[in-house]
Amino acid sequence: MEQQHAKDVLTFVEDQANKETLRFITCGSVDDGKSTLIGRLLYESKNIFDDQLQALESDSKRYGTQGEKMDMALLVDGLQAEREQGITIDVAYRFFSTEKRRFIVADTPGHEQYTRNMATGASTADVAVILVDARKGILVQTRRHSRIVSLMGIKQVVLAVNKMDLVSYDQKVFDAIVADYTAFAAEFKFDSIMAIPVSGLDGDNVLECTENLAWFKGPSLIHHLEQVPISLAADRGDFRLPVQLVNRPNLDFRGFCGRIAEGAVRPGDAVRVLPSGVRATVKAVIDGFDEVEVAKVGSSITITLNEEVDASRGDVIVSAERPAEVADQFEAKLLWMGEHAMSPGRQYLMKMGCKEVTATITGIKYREDVNTGGHMAATNLELNEIATVDISTSAPMVFEPYTTNKLLGSFILVDKLTFETVGAGMIDFALRRASNIHWQALELDRKARAALKHQESRCIWLTGLSGSGKSTIADLLEKRLYTQGKHTYLLDGDNVRHGLNRDLGFTEADRVENIRRVAEVAKLMVDAGLIVIVSFISPFRNERRMARELFGEGEFMEVFVDTPLEECERRDVKGLYAKARKGELKNFTGIDSDYEAPEAPELHLRTTGVSAEACAEQVMNALV
Amino acid sequence: MKQLEAESIEIIREAVATARNPVMMYSVGKDSSVMLHLARKAFYPAPPPFPLLHVDTQWKFKEMYAHRERMVKESGVKLITYTNPEGIAQGVGPFTHGSGYHTDVMKTQALKQALDMHQFDLVFGGARRDEEKSRAKERVFSFRSAGHRWDPKAQRPELWNLYNARIKPDESIRVFPISNWTEQDIWNYILQERIPIVPLYLAAERPVVKFNGQWILVDDDRYPFKEGEKAVMKMVRFRTLGCWPLTAAVESDADTLEAVIAETLNARGSEREGRMIDSDEPGSMEKKKQEGYF
Repeated sequence: MEQQHAKDVLTFVEDQANKETLRFITCGSVDDGKSTLIGRLLYESKNIFDDQLQALESDSKRYGTQGEKMDMALLVDGLQAEREQGITIDVAYRFFSTEKRRFIVADTPGHEQYTRNMATGASTADVAVILVDARKGILVQTRRHSRIVSLMGIKQVVLAVNKMDLVSYDQKVFDAIVADYTAFAAEFKFDSIMAIPVSGLDGDNVLECTENLAWFKGPSLIHHLEQVPISLAADRGDFRLPVQLVNRPNLDFRGFCGRIAEGAVRPGDAVRVLPSGVRATVKAVIDGFDEVEVAKVGSSITITLNEEVDASRGDVIVSAERPAEVADQFEAKLLWMGEHAMSPGRQYLMKMGCKEVTATITGIKYREDVNTGGHMAATNLELNEIATVDISTSAPMVFEPYTTNKLLGSFILVDKLTFETVGAGMIDFALRRASNIHWQALELDRKARAALKHQESRCIWLTGLSGSGKSTIADLLEKRLYTQGKHTYLLDGDNVRHGLNRDLGFTEADRVENIRRVAEVAKLMVDAGLIVIVSFISPFRNERRMARELFGEGEFMEVFVDTPLEECERRDVKGLYAKARKGELKNFTGIDSDYEAPEAPELHLRTTGVSAEACAEQVMNALV
Repeated sequence: MKQLEAESIEIIREAVATARNPVMMYSVGKDSSVMLHLARKAFYPAPPPFPLLHVDTQWKFKEMYAHRERMVKESGVKLITYTNPEGIAQGVGPFTHGSGYHTDVMKTQALKQALDMHQFDLVFGGARRDEEKSRAKERVFSFRSAGHRWDPKAQRPELWNLYNARIKPDESIRVFPISNWTEQDIWNYILQERIPIVPLYLAAERPVVKFNGQWILVDDDRYPFKEGEKAVMKMVRFRTLGCWPLTAAVESDADTLEAVIAETLNARGSEREGRMIDSDEPGSMEKKKQEGYF
């Protein structure tokens, strides 16, 4: 008997351990009855103890606003100021569970001056329960709260039409409010809006559907919350581990601690440390006291790496194949929570993931009217105002857009003097530098610099397979130009990869970045008046076009060094083709990665049967 | 459970990464046991990089002192104990000075003195939001002004998992890693992880007396027996542990962890029912917190 009992408990504990947790927020206008409804949820799900009930009875007599009935709101309005004023000031977190799920409820204030507290509750919620007083319908506050809910990325909404007891449980009243709300909320693109008529005071439709609302065919509030999908970050994503701290108890152990924001990790996985981009492989994954074979999103883990790499708090360890974005200029949504207005240009501390940097709002694109959604011009942001802004950080930040991943796309701003949290932000996307930093207009231009060297500055871009002869031709070409007294520079693929681009691999994404950087460097050199020879495989048309677009008319000369693959492979100067054929080199152009031949190069060099000197000569002729 | 654990470990690590001189409050109770376990997991294979602070009112149960010594030895964590010297000088105790004065001098004041003496800027506490109404509104990173005061109206907004741990000199932060746990979670976790706890949580025959309608364990000879009054042996256990004269026992047969959990499931009274300081007056916990009580 005793043993049976113990077994039941173990089964129970296991069930509890496996139960999902749904976090939801309740919001609505001041007197819509939020606290009463939550009190009712706790009461109906039998999560109230006897001594709490007794206290409730005595408190109901003392502060209650419901006459003879128990005032459920007193169960949740905890702070004395709230009890005296009968309002909810701060976010209160409540816990209850049913057989199917555990619930964490954030009960948030309705007043406009507490918008920031509502945003706080919404930031961690999966579902929003928006209350509407059946007698009043959709109010300004309902609209504001829906807008904040949408802004904070909540996709599942429950429209609880409360106080149905005060409108004689009239279906027409309910239908009209639902129609109103659905029309108004269309712009928010919620995944679902479940409308449920309830009475928090009497408990109709909170746990069970009652006679009074027999016309309503949907689920009760609790039943709906038991089955609404939980928006857990799916673990199909790419591995992202923000490094919280480096655990180094002795010289033999160097563990990187953090909570997985996305994806999963296994020993042996290839990773990169961002923003530096250094590559490494995972040696061990430690969860608690155990080494594990895999750890998934949401786990707090420690990993060790095979290589001695430099990583510290604020860095993000990511999948090597699919790294996250890194940028220092963003467009973001910003909710201002400080008493003092935000002014563009002022510096704030920014915390994003585990990284703290200095950030400046470089411009306010527009302010959003939280009640109507209208866009307005603004020069600063007051408490509780929401705007779309450009923000610039003092160091590169690893991020994902907020809509992709809340943890990697959210940040707070902290006042540098008072250390108060003054802003909450959500990243839309990174801004390209060019569009954000205003180019400094200079008196001396490219032409002037080139004229001093008695030349026309150019970018000569040699593209072709590995071993096609690019480097040899480029070298000869530069020597010829040099003997003619020209000022030149040669950017060679292999050489640049030893320095500027040593953090990049050969995946498609890395190749794109490789070319982008080289093109930018070439552009600066052309601007300095030089004749720049770029000798890069540069296999993708798109990137070559991107490079071309950086230059003015006639400055860019694409030269296709056209040597058949078989010939390149026969030469195999560096033995790379042999390695690639054996599978020792991945993503090798021509073998397992495509080369997209130019469609209209300025010069097409067919090298078969032609000497390198002759090829260089052809380029010289084309230059004139 | 796994998510709760992961969240708590994240909070503990975040606090340690941002603090200059952190400390963990250690009351020897079940919540403290869970906290210590989480801290050990967070920094494994290293021991937790901060000391434990036990504010000793000198009125804790004997078994609590024994358990404390055992856990310190096992975990390799440094333990700091502190008792208010003025309290000792005045001979403050709950029977002679009343529960309110005793708690203020030996707990609240003692805590402030200990924190000031060691200049701790971040203090881990084991409070949970399901315990008491004013706790439900407390932040995970709860800011204290100089003098350790809590201003419920000036709490920092706490969004996502982004905790703002910036403070000025003389200010401090209380961090509550198990904010989102319930009493049930604590017990489930203790069972699941086989975490050692003080045996007082399990039922046993113990000498008790009826005091203000509740069973008080006579833990040493300081109990002021009235004429003709004497202790009786009862099967009792404790749902929470504090100073022995201020923590009431409940009659119970639950002498295993499993039985305790089964009993908790069916409990009709909250665990703080046995705490005599919560309901002294309306809003009493909120007031104590504003004055610096944990």
